[in-house]
Amino acid sequence: MTRKKRRLYFIGLGMLALGAATALVLTAISDSLLYFYSPSDLQERPVAEGQRFRLGGLVEEGSVQKDGETVRFVVTDLVHTVPVTYTGILPDLFRPGQGVVTEGRLTAGSGLFQADSVLAKHDENYMPPEVADALKKSGQWQHGADGAEAAADGMSGGGTSGQPGPTY
Amino acid sequence: MHRYANPTRFLRIANAILPWSTGIMILAFGVGLAYALVFSPPDYQQSETVRIMYVHVPSAWMGLFVYTAMAIASAVALIWRHPVADLAAQCSAPVGAAFTFICLVTGSLWGKPMWGTWWVWDARLTSMLILLFLYLGYMALAGAFDDRQRGAKAAAVLALVGWVNIPIIKFSVDWWNTLHQPASVNPMGESGIAIDTAMLIPLLTMALAFKAYYVTTLLLGMRREIAAAKVRTLRMAAVHGA
Repeated sequence: MTRKKRRLYFIGLGMLALGAATALVLTAISDSLLYFYSPSDLQERPVAEGQRFRLGGLVEEGSVQKDGETVRFVVTDLVHTVPVTYTGILPDLFRPGQGVVTEGRLTAGSGLFQADSVLAKHDENYMPPEVADALKKSGQWQHGADGAEAAADGMSGGGTSGQPGPTY
Repeated sequence: MHRYANPTRFLRIANAILPWSTGIMILAFGVGLAYALVFSPPDYQQSETVRIMYVHVPSAWMGLFVYTAMAIASAVALIWRHPVADLAAQCSAPVGAAFTFICLVTGSLWGKPMWGTWWVWDARLTSMLILLFLYLGYMALAGAFDDRQRGAKAAAVLALVGWVNIPIIKFSVDWWNTLHQPASVNPMGESGIAIDTAMLIPLLTMALAFKAYYVTTLLLGMRREIAAAKVRTLRMAAVHGA
């Protein structure tokens, strides 16, 4: 074996070993790499009451109730839902059908999520207003009941296989 | 492979490519910026803020692309002891670092009005910040040795090891819940192209401009380094000859 060949195999094997090690580490710590829990994640991995975490999902259509500074809405991943209450200024992109990531605690007993921060999550769809209007008119809009599946898919990156179960 | 290891041959090829890459860069930046900043439509949700995307996305792509090019050049340099490949890797690093920095800054400027925050530690943003540190670490390591060859070797190993971060950045939005949205231009994935043609064309034009900029600065940088090496050799010869 020439020296060049030996170096080639050495580097090739080194990269393979490194890749495998990284993959194993990432798989092992996958849970802590989630930026937020979806309502279904919460079903699978219950969080202790009073513990801070982030909850993400879509703002359920028709669930937003404003009462002065306080707003109540329901976060859904189309399988499970969690009611949220928040007092403060909402980001511009906050609207029904859109993604949000909220941070706070579950209140004892009620299953109500008390958020102290709400971030809007933008999806990957980019289009001019006219196109959005045309899509809405022709009934091909992706954010309604039909397309919400895709939107929720985009919300919950990976590893959230929601099993049917009791909702909050 | 060794046909291109000869710096004289490389210079001839570089000099032939440079006018073209410069021309494409100027043309694509002219057309791309005009469309990105003026003629392309506003977004239905973000309105005019969408224009940040025309700089943010191409610089993110280039951050990953340049690092991959750097890792390949480093592997070629390590395995075949190819001097021009070493130059290519070392001249790529500052350009890639600049692209990554621009990506982080523009993303932050977009995040404040859209998400409501400048920065979050989600998987995409954090892995992109690590990429910037890898570039900076590469440059620091390459310059940390008195012996250039040893510095180049150490930095090349770092470039290869750091490459594992590239697929992590790319797929972070698919593997884990992140605040960052999934890719809008993902022809292989199930989401496909989720961006309107009126926005996609200026975006791709800007991407072409960024790529032509990289080729131009890379070739200029390598030409400069080859000239510097010649000067060093002549100086040494002069000193030892005297």
